[in-house]
Amino acid sequence: MSTKRPKSTTTTSKGKDKKADESSAGSVAGSGHPNDILPLTLTSATQELFGCRCDEDVTGDNPYKILRKEDIVQDMRMRAAVSDFSPMKQLVLDYPEDELLLVYDRDFIYGSSFYLVLTADAKERHLKPVVALGVEVALEREPSEVFAAQKTSEPQPWISLGSEQEIEEESVTDSRPRLKYRISRVRREFGAPIFFSDRNAMETKDGFIECTPYQDKNFSLKQMERHTGVQTIPNLKSSSTQTQWTYPRSMCTQYEPREFSEEKKENCLQSEKLKNFVNSVASRFEIAIQQNEIMDVFFDDWKALSEEDSGYGRKADPHLKEYQSFTDLHFSKEKTISNINWHPTINGVIAVAVTERLSFEDRINGSTKLLLNPSLILFWSFSDPINPQLLLECPDDVFSFEFCPSDPNIIVGGCMNGQVVLWDISTHVEQLQGTRTSGGKNIAANTNALQGFEDKRENETPVVRYCAVSGIENGHKAPITDIQWLPGTFEVSRMGVPMENKNGICVQIVTCAPDCCVMFWDIRAPRVLQTMADQRKQKVEEKPLENPHGVPNTFKHLDLTWKPLIRVSLPKIDTSGEYSPLKISLRDNTCDNHTGSNADRAHLNAERSEVAPEYALLRVPSAKQLKPLEDICTRLYAGTEDGELVYTDWKLEKDNDSGRLFSAKPSHRFIIHDGQVNTVRRSPFFKDIILTVGGWTFAIWKEGVTNGPIIQSSCSQKKCTVGYWSQSRPAVLFIGKEDGNIDVWDLLEKTHEPSQTQNITATQITCIKPWIVSSKQHLLAVSDHLGTLHILEIPWTLRSPSSNEKLSMSKYFEKEVDRLVYFEKRREMRAKEKKDYEAEELRKKTEPIIPEKQVEQILEEAMKEYEDYLSLETVILKEMGLLPDTDKVDI
Amino acid sequence: MAEVEETLKRIQTHKGVIGTIVVNAEGIPIRTTLDNSTTVQYAGLLHQLTMKARSTVRDLDPQNDLTFLRIRPKKHEIMVAPDKEYLLIVIQNPSE
Repeated sequence: MSTKRPKSTTTTSKGKDKKADESSAGSVAGSGHPNDILPLTLTSATQELFGCRCDEDVTGDNPYKILRKEDIVQDMRMRAAVSDFSPMKQLVLDYPEDELLLVYDRDFIYGSSFYLVLTADAKERHLKPVVALGVEVALEREPSEVFAAQKTSEPQPWISLGSEQEIEEESVTDSRPRLKYRISRVRREFGAPIFFSDRNAMETKDGFIECTPYQDKNFSLKQMERHTGVQTIPNLKSSSTQTQWTYPRSMCTQYEPREFSEEKKENCLQSEKLKNFVNSVASRFEIAIQQNEIMDVFFDDWKALSEEDSGYGRKADPHLKEYQSFTDLHFSKEKTISNINWHPTINGVIAVAVTERLSFEDRINGSTKLLLNPSLILFWSFSDPINPQLLLECPDDVFSFEFCPSDPNIIVGGCMNGQVVLWDISTHVEQLQGTRTSGGKNIAANTNALQGFEDKRENETPVVRYCAVSGIENGHKAPITDIQWLPGTFEVSRMGVPMENKNGICVQIVTCAPDCCVMFWDIRAPRVLQTMADQRKQKVEEKPLENPHGVPNTFKHLDLTWKPLIRVSLPKIDTSGEYSPLKISLRDNTCDNHTGSNADRAHLNAERSEVAPEYALLRVPSAKQLKPLEDICTRLYAGTEDGELVYTDWKLEKDNDSGRLFSAKPSHRFIIHDGQVNTVRRSPFFKDIILTVGGWTFAIWKEGVTNGPIIQSSCSQKKCTVGYWSQSRPAVLFIGKEDGNIDVWDLLEKTHEPSQTQNITATQITCIKPWIVSSKQHLLAVSDHLGTLHILEIPWTLRSPSSNEKLSMSKYFEKEVDRLVYFEKRREMRAKEKKDYEAEELRKKTEPIIPEKQVEQILEEAMKEYEDYLSLETVILKEMGLLPDTDKVDI
Repeated sequence: MAEVEETLKRIQTHKGVIGTIVVNAEGIPIRTTLDNSTTVQYAGLLHQLTMKARSTVRDLDPQNDLTFLRIRPKKHEIMVAPDKEYLLIVIQNPSE
């Protein structure tokens, strides 16, 4: 009946509490005020009329005002429409009582300032004290009054829409009254004993109910197809192990092959099985070995045949062809060339040492003139035959000079006055290299030309002054005739013991001169002078030392103070005095190994030239720091002025008495040549084969064979002045003669005479040096007494070795050695025989003369002998039983 | 024993023969005319090679067997004769 209003949270309850049954009194619908009151607005006139003026008659505390019905009606009648009460005229008329309550709605709760209570009950309620009840109800009603759209809905009768049917269907109700049953049993049947009996289930029908098993078809269905998805995945399994790694330890194993002990070997050798095996197998071996001996099946005859014929056509000309010749009118006039050297790295550059062509007396006489003419070493280049490329100035005539193998810019030379000279041409190297290609026009471009010697003319050949020279008193006392660099593999200590060379470059030089000395020099600063050198260096740093002649400072530490490291003298073996060497040859040397091609050499030198050694900083190390090398042979051959060949050791020994170092006596000495020995050279193919040339002959020696030369040539018509081995053929050597001829000796072809003779020049040949430019070009540099340098080309026949030439040569040398040995033996035997014979003769002579016997005595003796013989005969016959019985003998 | 010696000596004195080695089945040299290190090297290497060669021959034809093996390097020739228990190696320089 009463519809409850939904509560509203925005209700504000104001002190107006109404009872729940007030709603029954007058239900509110829609409007914001209950039905039994009516809000109205009274004008001020009306308020005065009825005495309910706001805030004067009626106040908040006393809002009630009783109005008489009759007054209201009268007011309505008088003012009709204007009256405030007109809207509720009917209501007022319907009001049962006489007095109406007018409430001053101060707070405009119902929308107006006053409201009229329409029912008596409400009036009563208002006037009577109101108890606070049903707050919710009030709350409920309040919002509804607030929301009131000024329309209160009336409760309507419920219209059935059919929903109760569903409810009825769903609800559970009794469809019929509940039945009640009561079951009872006779009391005596309770607790009676129970009797069981058996009954066969099969007897009665339906005694049992059977549930027979049957094959359920559902389970025999075979699934023919099945749709499944398969995916392969790698079978991954992750596991881990823990290794216990503490620290790395290097281990090593050492093994050796299994071997049998001696007894076991003996046992094996004794066994039968081995015997059988060896016997059975030996025949196979015999066959095979013999096959090999008969012929070499793998030898390529075809190839070997072609080797000899490949030079067909060129073979016709076995002569040395003239390639070029160099003469300088300005520098080498009236002079002779004493030594030639090819530049090791730069192709086509050759250096010659030019010396005066005077005898000793003339030298002394003309010494003043000589001082003005400086001695020179000329550098020639193939590109410019007229002008030399470079001039090296020497303090005196140079008889021998060498390029340093490890640094081709360093040149060492030995002078006539016994000094050793060093040059450094590193400043002019580019020029030398450049002129090869450009033809000599670039000399002016090089502004390194020395200040002192710079001439006005641009085409002046540059002159390089020597940068270091040995002290005169320390050097040789005679002209240095041979100078060589020691190879960079070892160096020699103060005692002459070869030590390892830590630098790897050539730092030591060996010289010899006819003053009976062989000296070893070191181009590094000696150790003693280290402190002084440091001081000097400091001084140098203060003021940079100006080179007056533009000489490089490479060897400043040696200049004028250079002393030899070792002085080896050559005392004579039998007599007093010493040998005077002219040329020497060491086993490990740098002069004789030019068998490599230029490309190899250039490559090697390119490797080395990356690091140009700073010679000033090198120091001679103390002997204790270095390790002595065992396998270096310390013996050298020296050819002397008297035509002897001396074999000596350069190691120095210490004299116990005086503590001085002296050199041992040479071990061997051979007198061979009739004149000065002018060449001692080792073969580039055999390290122990030495060629010596002197006088009218030349000889070939083998190191270690002390009987004599293994080959000695016959005397030639003219003196032999110089000799050299061929660089490419082990059997060929070149001999230069006094008359300008070159003899080419091919030892495999002919040994009694040269295989070829060719005339090169009109005067004596002073030096021969071959050089391998490329595999197709071998050159021979020949210098003569007039100062001309000839370059000859070696023909194919003389430069390409025949097959097995080296082997043949070694065999030949061995044969010669055997011959020598045989001769020696024979000689000994002969000597012995002779001795015996002589002894025999002597013995015979010294025997006492036996007096001649008398004839009778002789006869007597003879008769006695005969009788003795007869008796002997009878005795023997008797023994043999051949003699008939003596009784029966008839005399 | 003397016979063995004599035969081996006969082989050794042929022209060009550098050395002979007798090796047992396991590759241990029994008797040699060369120095120890060379011998050991030759024995070990040639033993393996002979085994390999023999197995090759037998694989090709099981009824066949290796009788003689000659190896010709540039410098000389090596000849090997295998047996059930021993191996004889000879090194010869065929042509000088």
